[in-house]
Amino acid sequence: MAEHATHAEGHATAGKYVQIAVILFVLTALEVLLYEVCYGHLSHSMAGLAGTLEPWFVEVLMGLSLLKFWFVAMFYMHLKFDIKLLSGMFGFSLVIAAVVILALIALFIYNRSLWWPSGMW
Amino acid sequence: MTTAAIDHGHDAGHGHHTSLGIDNRKLAIWAFIGSECLFFATLISTFLIYRGQSVSGPTPKDIFEVPLVTAGTAVLLFSSFFVVMALNGAQEGNRKKLLTWLSLTVLCGCFFAGMQVYEFSHFNHLGLGYSTNLFSASFYTLTGFHGAHVTLGTLWLATLLKDAIKGDLPQGKALNLEIAALYWHFVDVVWIIIFPVVYLMSLGN
Repeated sequence: MAEHATHAEGHATAGKYVQIAVILFVLTALEVLLYEVCYGHLSHSMAGLAGTLEPWFVEVLMGLSLLKFWFVAMFYMHLKFDIKLLSGMFGFSLVIAAVVILALIALFIYNRSLWWPSGMW
Repeated sequence: MTTAAIDHGHDAGHGHHTSLGIDNRKLAIWAFIGSECLFFATLISTFLIYRGQSVSGPTPKDIFEVPLVTAGTAVLLFSSFFVVMALNGAQEGNRKKLLTWLSLTVLCGCFFAGMQVYEFSHFNHLGLGYSTNLFSASFYTLTGFHGAHVTLGTLWLATLLKDAIKGDLPQGKALNLEIAALYWHFVDVVWIIIFPVVYLMSLGN
């Protein structure tokens, strides 16, 4: 039956889950390492590298987080194997969520410059 | 609908198959997860808007402890791995595998919730009450709601563990665990965002 086959295309194997777990662990370690190099205990001993990475701290951190997000959603939440409708529902929600975050930040930055002088919060 | 489809729907834990080819409960949990994305988006926005706006301390740099939160993050990530292995066991009809990995998942959930209780009480002792400043209010609201989700997820998984121990979670009802696992993974991906945005970025300049 076609619809049944669509749903049951197959999930990842246990070996694949282990691979993803290792990747997630490494990415988390990189996030913490990035913080330690830029602002933590390693910032003095690796001052040169810290100077290079610090301007990109937020961008690199968000990139690593989004990568982890993608791996969990695709493999652990089975979006890679389930019907596309579910990916569409989740993707649509994420787009709206991102728009909400950006719109609220933009609105408050605008209002802050308009109404509230620095230090009035 | 053919007999095969009816059988599948019955095996999946008395759910109903839809014309989309997936169980209606699975569709419902995805719709719920979609709504939760917006819920956490507003809380994260609030935290970001108020970031660096507090006129009095304590500030994140005064109180955050990276090693503790990193340990909590690692435990939550591992719990996602454990629950997906438990689901793998349930789908294979391997009861021992199911019980082992599901028990570990519940333990991880308890550890994370415990870590957050310790963290909150520690911060409170350091003078960071809920209404101390803008940072504290937005921080406690965001991480507190996430902690509540972890607690509910742990309770949900614990009830499934109880079913599994009693033998009430056979291969045909693996979808029950899959739905709980989807919720658990969502809680994990929210923390994947919260950890760098709330903790690491707040400690940076």
